[in-house]
Amino acid sequence: MNPRAARAVINGLLVGVAVIALFPLAWMLSVSFMQPGAASSLPPPLLPAHPTLANYARLFGYAGMGRYLLNSLGIATGITLLSLAINLMAGYAFAKLRFAGREATFRTLLGALVIPAQVTMMPLFLMLKWMGLVNTYAGVAVPMLVSVFGIFLVRQYARGLPDELLEAARIDGASEARIFVQIVLPLLRPIVVTLAIFTFLASWNDFMWPLIILTGQEHYTLPIALAALSREHVQDSELMMAGSVVTTMPVLVLFLVMQRYYIQGLLVGSVKG
Amino acid sequence: MRRRWVPWVFLTPALIVLGVFFALPVIGGFILSLTDFDVYALADLHNLRFVGLENYLALLRRPLFWRALAHTMYFVVVGVPLSIMASLGAALLLNSKLARFKGFFRTALFAPVVTTVVAVAVIWRYLFNTRYGLVNYALHSLGVQPVDWLGDPHWAMPTIIAFAVWKNFGYNMVIFLAGLQAIPTDLYEASRIDGASPWQRFRHITWPMLGPTLVMVGVLTMSGYFQLFAEPYVMTEGGPLQSTVSVLYLMYEDGFKWWNLGLASAVAFMLFVLMFAATALLMRAARKRGLA
Amino acid sequence: MTVATRHSFVRRTITVCIAVIGVALLGGCQRAAPAAEQGITLHFWAMGREADAVRQVMPAFEASHPGVHVDVQTLPWAGAHQKLLTAFAGDTTPDLCQLGNTWIPELATLGALAPLDRQVADSRVVRPGDYFPGIWDTNRLHGTLYGVPWYVDTRLLFYRKDLLARAGFAHPPRTWAEWATQLAAIKRQAGPDRYAILLPTNEFEQLESLGLQQSEPMLRDNGRYGNFRSPGFKRVLAFYAQMYRKHWSPVVANTEIPNVWAEFARGYYAFYFSGPWNIAEFKQRMPKALRDKWATAPLPGPHGPGTSLAGGSSLVIFRASAHKRAAWQLIEYLSRPAVQRRFYQLVGDMPPRRSSWDNSALADDPYAKAFRVQLEHVRPVPKVPEWEQIATELRLVGEQLAHGQLNVDQAADELDRRADQILSKRRWMLDHGRTP
Repeated sequence: MNPRAARAVINGLLVGVAVIALFPLAWMLSVSFMQPGAASSLPPPLLPAHPTLANYARLFGYAGMGRYLLNSLGIATGITLLSLAINLMAGYAFAKLRFAGREATFRTLLGALVIPAQVTMMPLFLMLKWMGLVNTYAGVAVPMLVSVFGIFLVRQYARGLPDELLEAARIDGASEARIFVQIVLPLLRPIVVTLAIFTFLASWNDFMWPLIILTGQEHYTLPIALAALSREHVQDSELMMAGSVVTTMPVLVLFLVMQRYYIQGLLVGSVKG
Repeated sequence: MRRRWVPWVFLTPALIVLGVFFALPVIGGFILSLTDFDVYALADLHNLRFVGLENYLALLRRPLFWRALAHTMYFVVVGVPLSIMASLGAALLLNSKLARFKGFFRTALFAPVVTTVVAVAVIWRYLFNTRYGLVNYALHSLGVQPVDWLGDPHWAMPTIIAFAVWKNFGYNMVIFLAGLQAIPTDLYEASRIDGASPWQRFRHITWPMLGPTLVMVGVLTMSGYFQLFAEPYVMTEGGPLQSTVSVLYLMYEDGFKWWNLGLASAVAFMLFVLMFAATALLMRAARKRGLA
Repeated sequence: MTVATRHSFVRRTITVCIAVIGVALLGGCQRAAPAAEQGITLHFWAMGREADAVRQVMPAFEASHPGVHVDVQTLPWAGAHQKLLTAFAGDTTPDLCQLGNTWIPELATLGALAPLDRQVADSRVVRPGDYFPGIWDTNRLHGTLYGVPWYVDTRLLFYRKDLLARAGFAHPPRTWAEWATQLAAIKRQAGPDRYAILLPTNEFEQLESLGLQQSEPMLRDNGRYGNFRSPGFKRVLAFYAQMYRKHWSPVVANTEIPNVWAEFARGYYAFYFSGPWNIAEFKQRMPKALRDKWATAPLPGPHGPGTSLAGGSSLVIFRASAHKRAAWQLIEYLSRPAVQRRFYQLVGDMPPRRSSWDNSALADDPYAKAFRVQLEHVRPVPKVPEWEQIATELRLVGEQLAHGQLNVDQAADELDRRADQILSKRRWMLDHGRTP
């Protein structure tokens, strides 16, 4: 095959794959602006004939999506901040502090990764019921506060920090906490950003556990609300697409802005430690 | 000067959370799976019985469990290779010297990964609607009879697999891309001088060099696919004719719809054993071929 | 920095961390907004359209009961049963709730509901004798009353008079045999693309209603075992299966027919098996030309006018409620005939009291008449807590029967097997002197 033909084939295929990847998202956006009922006609329209914001108005008015959006934002932010603090401390300890049992503890944590989280869901529900945390934001957050993967990520990155720097600080009399906050954290900045995006996306998109633990709709996150809505309003495709837009757009935008960090983290995480 | 307990202070929050909200429930879950904890026990703990392995035996006797297992295996056995092939194909395209606008394409192909499963599953449900869906409309213009994608028991799972491939291929694509970029270019140069065809170069250089990455991607993708839940929950509610009931869907219904928490815990542990066995098998096969 | 201050720095950091976690945990703990200073907030869960309608009659209640605010939350019907059990499991039940009357035994058995006998005895509004007896009975379990009927629901036939007439029939069927003759004739006229009846494959109410017409109960030995292999229920299964086998009904789930009213108007089917809420929908949605071309009829029985399901919703108070008095006042308010008539106008739900039917638009409504007749002939489903689960299996096995994957005997065996499995804990509890 001559190079020009090869170039055409390869780029043509890429365009094809990109269309497949993006079309459903573009269609979602387009239908969300159609008049109610307009999408269910033949031939199926691609663009709204008379664009309208009516679906969004109904979504935030009648369906109370604003509340769910705030819930999602609050829960995802809270989980991100707390789990960052916990995972950073642990990852740093595993990377840079020497203590008996370090490797064994770390290996145990990694070993726990083979246990699927669903095994814990039934007893965890009963535990949280006993603690009065069913149907609370805390109940949603609790299992996501620590991520072994996050600890692993931090450890991988923190191992690259120069020991001399830390030793020098210790000789100057700085406390371990001070070293962590004032020296280590600034150096870990890239991985902090990466981990923050990961955690935020994961908790934003999380479905099964919130579905179980959130028994009242006032605490629903967007995916739960959307799933409930889609069972009631099967026929309202335009409304459902508006709901999908509200649910996916924040994370898509976050990804677009921060994709450098995200992909970097994905690669660090995938290198065998 | 340094105190030995300092590192443990850094670890304490993580270990407490993991201990209380993970390790304890894992043990509790196993104990729960040996009881008939149900809605009666929820009302009054005196109605709780220790039943030994009865839940596990009941599952083995229950046709729906085997069907859920078969559906899950179907999803894994077909879905994982398809996903990996799609990821690898896309990565090879993107890695080609001839490809243009690489940054744009990488972002575009990755976009489905970061979207919310529930939201995009809802989109797919409409795209694959029998009467008004664009997919059938496009097929119709090619002369293909309409297919009842999500309403026909034979088509529902393939449709869900197609959805999963679309949603996930970008993730492994990025990993493969990094793997491809790590292959030294002089290997290719040398084979080009030897007159190897592109297929031979792929077969003898790319594929073996990607070996460890492939194994890792395979293991991770597989364990993810075993946990099929949100897709059938949103797209088919397990139907039609329960043809998309996965093991986790069964666990959810047993546990949190009917509140048979003992039985549901047994389902969860069966899934755990299955995942563990499948992973071990894959790793062993890989080790035999010297890939891992 | 001295060792001491260094340690205090560490300690401070830890304390801050723990405090942050603690605040986050506790911050989430607070349940729905606490009651206002001077008054109380009643949490009231209602389903789908009833929730929308009940919101409209709340201002009058709140005006006559100062200090009481009612917060109405909507549960979608499809997920309602699960949400209620979940709320019970998670200790997050509301004060009062609209409850499908077939679920009362279940929640009463779990101890989730407050008994209401005393309140009813003292009440000047709720008078048991005024209610349809079959409906009132669904609210009692082991002699204790747990709910007050709010509206009734039963299943019967909606049909196209013109299509029946064209096939040569002047009146709707009264027996199964007549029904079958009519269905066959209509199907012959309709051709391959249209049908005589719509029986969505994923609904159990059809099988349940037909099953209630039989003399044998669906469960035997005090609800210890399934009784689906009885001759009566096998007749039901055979009758049901032939509806699909002879193409009288299309083999579709209700999710595949998004607009049943439009399809009814188009003549896609002549009979539709449904409940009272559809009277209002059909009145509103049928095109002008078809306004007087449809009617309702009581369910035909095996050998004459048949019984049907004693369905509907009741109002119940949860045992955990801290505001039982106010909750009861709300139930009394909603039970007043005047309020029930208004409620009927809003959603078309039929009142459970004879006095609410009298002197109302309902009394003269020709479409409602069939329901009034049917309501005197309704029976409750078996009162075991497991019924919802058994009904779900009824739906699943019925679906397989409709698709021809099982024959009648296999379906009956399968139903009994599943029911026996579901009832095993109940048998154990009965055998050990515990009351399930």
